[in-house]
Amino acid sequence: MIRPGDSMETLAFILHNLPAIGQRTLEHVSIVGVAVSLAVLTGVPIGIAITQNKRAADIVLYVAAMIMTIPSIALFGLMIPVLSLIGQGIGYLPAVIAVLLYSQLPIIRNTYTAISNVDPALREAARGMGMSAIDRLRQVELPLAVPVIMAGVRIAVVINIGITAIATYIGAGGLGAFISRGISQTDSRQLVTGALAVSLLAIVADYLLLWLQYRLTPVGIRPARWHLRRVGPKVAA
Amino acid sequence: MIKLDKLTKAFETPAGTVIAADSINMDVGDGEICVLLGPSGCGKTTTLKMINRLVEPTSGKIYLNGKDTDRYDPVELRRTIGYVIQQIGLFPNMTVEENVCVVPKLLGWDPGKARARASELLATINLDPAIFLKRYPKELSGGQQQRVGVARALAADPPVLLMDEPFGAIDPINREVIQDEFLKMHRRLRKTVMFVSHDIDEAVKMADKIAIFRAGKLEQFDSPDNILAHPASRFIAEFVGTDRTLKRLRLVKVGAAMLANAPRIGLGEPVAQALAMMDDHGQEFMVIVDAAGRPHGYVDADTVRDRSGPVGEHGLPLPATVRVEEDLRAAVSTMFMHDVRWLACVDRDGAFAGFVTQRGITRLLGETYRGPTPRPAE
Repeated sequence: MIRPGDSMETLAFILHNLPAIGQRTLEHVSIVGVAVSLAVLTGVPIGIAITQNKRAADIVLYVAAMIMTIPSIALFGLMIPVLSLIGQGIGYLPAVIAVLLYSQLPIIRNTYTAISNVDPALREAARGMGMSAIDRLRQVELPLAVPVIMAGVRIAVVINIGITAIATYIGAGGLGAFISRGISQTDSRQLVTGALAVSLLAIVADYLLLWLQYRLTPVGIRPARWHLRRVGPKVAA
Repeated sequence: MIKLDKLTKAFETPAGTVIAADSINMDVGDGEICVLLGPSGCGKTTTLKMINRLVEPTSGKIYLNGKDTDRYDPVELRRTIGYVIQQIGLFPNMTVEENVCVVPKLLGWDPGKARARASELLATINLDPAIFLKRYPKELSGGQQQRVGVARALAADPPVLLMDEPFGAIDPINREVIQDEFLKMHRRLRKTVMFVSHDIDEAVKMADKIAIFRAGKLEQFDSPDNILAHPASRFIAEFVGTDRTLKRLRLVKVGAAMLANAPRIGLGEPVAQALAMMDDHGQEFMVIVDAAGRPHGYVDADTVRDRSGPVGEHGLPLPATVRVEEDLRAAVSTMFMHDVRWLACVDRDGAFAGFVTQRGITRLLGETYRGPTPRPAE
């Protein structure tokens, strides 16, 4: 099916379809971006809440891991009858819901791990100085948990950029459209374009989020590496 | 200032009930340093943590300045008590300034006032505010971190300071330095301090009162000198060590053991006068002082008996002197080093103040054993 000379044809296809590729990329980013943002808003509070109860933590992490094992195509299929009740059986909404569900495990687990692993001495110092549980969370535990929570968000984004490629089968659009059409029309140009774009998007998103993770990490616990530029006044030589 | 009344803590464990603190009664006066001392698991830390209610007592009462701490919300209570722990626990996400300002911020101080306070405290602990306020904990050495930990505990000027083995993780050289700094600061601030330690030397150095714990019970609560001189039980005697009388050397200043008003003689005076003075005082030797009153040397009665002329010409050099504000340990150590039985003492200005003798020291330390003792040792 793929013959020599295809790469030139693929390149020509990409150049001729830049606006369409841009459009599909935006759809893709919109699904993952909205869903993972919502997942942060739900997963981080859940991750914090379950640090209070080991049993609850075990159950929640088990359920989140179970969701992770459902094949995406099956999850889309399962949602069609349910969401049809509100007339949204296919399209954007089920895609967002699926990504939201798949994002829970990395985000909840990383939040839970990060908060649980805060040095007990810091917690004791904070308690002994008269910080309430909310003070401790806001001023100590969450700032220290940022890098690990952000690492979870990165995992969620990269995994779901791949999963969203399937969402085209329920009419949600995205870069998966090139791949599905490439398969059905045995058109390697579209297939390769879709695959390349999805991979590139995942790499770029991961890199941007790594940068964001670095920026959000409190200065006092930032690794010395990753200094894109010097911060603060230079010390006179 | 701090009064513990039948304070008891029982922990339920799978192996049964463990009494970590058994009906502890203590009374620590305003501005005193009380060291809670004992082997690990003796209940000293549990007792300390009940004061700021990090551990809730099973029964008994704690009064701070006459007020029952049960009447306060624990979170509010802790903001009025300074707390320093061995692991220091500076928040790595905050600068030194933010760390020091934690309690003032919780108390709702004006940010400008809190910042000014942080600067002031940093200067007190010998860290230049211009350099250190904006640093992060990871950029400080262990000793600097613990100084900041103490500053943070003092930020809201609490009357009471709780310290849980605060200098335990610092190397021995820095520990001495930071202990001295803390004592100096304490003399100025007069906080009431509860200090947990497992190191008898640290306790003897820091404490006005020492409380020795064993298996949840308060075994003895007394001044360091009384604990060393009159341990209440065999356990305490063993815990403070067989060299406990030597440790008492640390508690006595040279000034207290010194023979003041000792005879002295000017450089230019004749030998005959020196001999006469020595005979009057029944002394075998005499210190020669210069015009400024500084010790110049000494004359020995036997060697100058049949000589004449000014004593300055017959004087022997002093191998060493000791300052009156040093402790007897330093004096004895100097005596041993130079193989002498007495040492001339000098005051702050270097003037001759008197002398200490080995016999004088042993007599002073022995006094407490000869007199009526409050509690005979086993």
